[in-house]
Amino acid sequence: MQFDKPATTNPIDRLNVVGRPVPRVDGELKTTGNARYAYEWHDPQMDYAYGHPVGAAIAKGRVRSIDTEAAKKAPGVLAVVTTLDVGEREKGKYNTATVFGGDKIQHYHQAVAVVVARSFEEARAAGALVKVEYAPEDGAYDLEEAMDGAVKPDGSDKPDTAVGDFERAFADAPVTLDAVYRTPDQSHAMMEPHASIAAWKDDDLTIWTSSQMIDWWRSDLATTLGIDKERVHLMSPFIGGGFGGKLFLRADAVLAAFAAKAAGRPVKVALPRPLVANNTTHRPATVQRIRIGAERNGRITAIGHQSWSGDLPGGQPELAVNQTRLLYAGANRKTAMRLATLDLPEGNSMRAPGEAPGMMALEIAIDEMAEKLQMDPVEFRILNDTQVDPEKPERPFSHRNLIGCLRLGAERFGWQKRGAPATRREDGALIGVGVAAAFRNNLLMPSGARVRLDGDGMITVETDMTDIGTGSYTIIAQTVAEMMGVDIDRVTVRLGDSRFPVSSGSGGQFGGNSSTSGVYAACVKLRAAVAARLGFNTQDVVFDGGRVRSGDRAVPLSQAAGADGLIGEDTMTWGDLDKTHQQSTFGAHFVEVGVDIVTGETRIRRMLAVCAAGRILNPLTARSQVIGAMTMGAGAALSEELVVDTRRGFFVNHDLAGYEVPVHADIPHQDVIFMDETDPFSSPMKAKGVGELGLCGVAAAIANAIYNATGVRVRDYPITLDKLIGGLPEVA
Amino acid sequence: MRAFTYERATSVQEAANLVAAYPNAKFIAGGTNLLDLMKLEIERPARLIDVNGLELDRIEATPEGGLRIGALVRNTDLAAHDTVRRDYGLLSRALLAGASGQLRNRATTAGNLLQRTRCPYFYDTNQPCNKRNPGSGCAAIDGFSRQHAVVGVSDACIATHPSDMAIAMRALDATIETVKGDGTGRTIPITDFYRLPGETPHIETVLEHGEIITAVVLPPPVGGRQVYRKVRDRASYAFALVSIGAVVQSDGTGRIAVGGVAHKPWRSEEAEAELANGPGRAAAVLMADARPTEQNRFKVDLVERMVAAIFTEARG
Repeated sequence: MQFDKPATTNPIDRLNVVGRPVPRVDGELKTTGNARYAYEWHDPQMDYAYGHPVGAAIAKGRVRSIDTEAAKKAPGVLAVVTTLDVGEREKGKYNTATVFGGDKIQHYHQAVAVVVARSFEEARAAGALVKVEYAPEDGAYDLEEAMDGAVKPDGSDKPDTAVGDFERAFADAPVTLDAVYRTPDQSHAMMEPHASIAAWKDDDLTIWTSSQMIDWWRSDLATTLGIDKERVHLMSPFIGGGFGGKLFLRADAVLAAFAAKAAGRPVKVALPRPLVANNTTHRPATVQRIRIGAERNGRITAIGHQSWSGDLPGGQPELAVNQTRLLYAGANRKTAMRLATLDLPEGNSMRAPGEAPGMMALEIAIDEMAEKLQMDPVEFRILNDTQVDPEKPERPFSHRNLIGCLRLGAERFGWQKRGAPATRREDGALIGVGVAAAFRNNLLMPSGARVRLDGDGMITVETDMTDIGTGSYTIIAQTVAEMMGVDIDRVTVRLGDSRFPVSSGSGGQFGGNSSTSGVYAACVKLRAAVAARLGFNTQDVVFDGGRVRSGDRAVPLSQAAGADGLIGEDTMTWGDLDKTHQQSTFGAHFVEVGVDIVTGETRIRRMLAVCAAGRILNPLTARSQVIGAMTMGAGAALSEELVVDTRRGFFVNHDLAGYEVPVHADIPHQDVIFMDETDPFSSPMKAKGVGELGLCGVAAAIANAIYNATGVRVRDYPITLDKLIGGLPEVA
Repeated sequence: MRAFTYERATSVQEAANLVAAYPNAKFIAGGTNLLDLMKLEIERPARLIDVNGLELDRIEATPEGGLRIGALVRNTDLAAHDTVRRDYGLLSRALLAGASGQLRNRATTAGNLLQRTRCPYFYDTNQPCNKRNPGSGCAAIDGFSRQHAVVGVSDACIATHPSDMAIAMRALDATIETVKGDGTGRTIPITDFYRLPGETPHIETVLEHGEIITAVVLPPPVGGRQVYRKVRDRASYAFALVSIGAVVQSDGTGRIAVGGVAHKPWRSEEAEAELANGPGRAAAVLMADARPTEQNRFKVDLVERMVAAIFTEARG
């Protein structure tokens, strides 16, 4: 099915199941430990061995030699496979750095060997006996230093944009801001590290892994191994968090495949936690310069945003200027991205790539500008709202209710009680509030599904869609139940298997809307098949209460299925509605913080997010997405930073003791409000993404709250106490 | 983790003898730090002597009016002990500021004193570290040093001691009772227990090989208002950037032990004498010889601010 006209009324609009707070259909499996994650897959027929990865000890250079003699002789060792053994490999389409193979070291902790043993402990012990000799080379590890040599990136869409005459308008503007903001490298730090089990049967490979994108992994794994894609059967039914870190093939799967071949047994490989930061991908650091010019009445006349980031050769920039092209009005505009070569681990997508770090900077800048204009930052944003793409005024937003989010949020949060900076104290803390807009584009991906109706009236949906903790199982079950007019307990959802139709996968907040649209398309086919089987007119057929009705005829679905059942399979593809209309999601974040007057420790006191993201398919799972994202934003604002050792070329704090994500005690009361809206341009579901929207702007709202509390403006994340302490009042 | 032999000691003397007899033997109690370090091959003992069966898990009053805390008393039990809560509140608060409930259930009093630094370079066996691999150099001094020591540092090492409990013990003038392999025992004031890094940062305490801690003894209660203030980037489950254990008497005198700033709990009786001239003066003396890096200079300010606040609040 091609979606090329705005949706009209369809069975989803009944909202008997969709839009309801249905508890997760896989919740019981998860809370009872019966949901099997990649590493836990267990077939009693299989004699698993354990692979331990060895990471490179240098950041750049070549592997001169690898001595595996001692490791091979160690107790329990079955095989050792080195990067020299497997030789240089064709790289997966989505990988920037080599995952495994050949003598070239492109980043610290790149996999150089895998040791396979009967037990995990034996494999790990023998891993320490692998002796690698390197020929190190000098590399570039410092973004600030590499910025001067940064170039206009190839391939990324529109590194430079310009409308009107920015420089002139900025020079002429009576009120201006010109400031530089910095966001650090960040780690996905998901609970479940990357893990895979590989098993060969002749030339066929079965792999259980933790992947957000089944088909991308399958293709890239086949490419890396040099085998036909059809030989690879990949499964990833449960995923313990991804955040973009599991979009692309990683070393665990490649090492498991080589190790299983060498050992002649199925092999389990999990990345040890200290390898996750440097072996896999991360969100790249940015330096962002933002210039805004406005009339004294607050209207923006010029808005410019430049961003610098770094990556390995062949890599890509962090798209941190994206939102600035769309979020606020202004006749004269300019954005630019520059990419420096850095020999750090591969930079790549992390939850809301582009907008997350971009909004961290832009929404402080907007707060600063409002202050210069002596305007309320909520009113300043509202004044500069735009209902059309500012670069192409003929192109409207499909639906945009940023103003509604800001107004409702301000009212619910008690925004009008906000005081001047550094004027409110309670119990030894400086109290402040902050606001930021939330913005994330809505992306669409083709998505397929297969729906089968059985003779007992049960419906099974199969798609290679993944559930990374987001609730895919549940919203897909709701979609099927709604479309086929059955109770949700009549629906079985099977996900994350390369034997199923290729879906959108999970990423870029496109998964929820795209995958349910694919399921919608398959259900339309199944409804037609049911109607045809019964000889019903497809125009007036109604699926409701487990029955199919047409006129005064009504037949139970089970009867329509017949003994062999009926199948509907289709893929939703997308026309050009996202070209004619800008599809984005919007929100507003409000935060109250307390900053310890003595120590400068910031603790969040309350958070509110108001989101306008089209139809909310399930308010329970959507809320979980947003509060999780707000938590991630708290980490981004206050503690998360992969610290670069610029001499040795690696992220130093590469475990969960050093890379501090928020703990329970950091997260106070969180409120989420969803605007009641639909977006008929987005899909037949009329839904949009929400999982990344919840992150965009949170950190800036916290930064702005810290400024309101202390009067200290920090433009360099994370906002740790050492950056505040110099500006705090003297201690008596 | 290297393969190792494992034996359970049935008496203190046997435990001391077993470790003393083998250069590469270690005691294991809670294992909350040692096992992690063994998995990463930072610690590579060939023999582990498990002391958990020894009856060193009691807390009892001393004839002098103090408290003898068995080496194996778990952090959770120590923090919750009635006498500790009543008379040594600083100790209870420091314990509860550390780790997590699960870790405190397992971690012991002696083990807590002996936990090793959390310097990230110490934890990465690819990197030089004089503490892990003597003579290999220090990657932290010119590297990521935000969390590192600012006082008592050397050119060989700027690591900190991570314990919260030890800060309280230092402020409370605890003494450490030990038994050696040769059967002799000694009592070590905590002020003499830890070493500064100097040229030998791998030697962290004055304990001899095979010498086992049997108890930590607190002198009679000193009263006063007892404060443990731990500063960190997140609200829980993080090591201190700076922590202060203080006893503040009503006359404005008191004791100050500082964590997160040195290779050992940092306390200066000289500085405390300066409290008479105001907390600012005391803090200045306490941090007089600070040699911070660019990244951890803030710790000096932080100590000064915290000392001022603690003593001002307590007076008010």
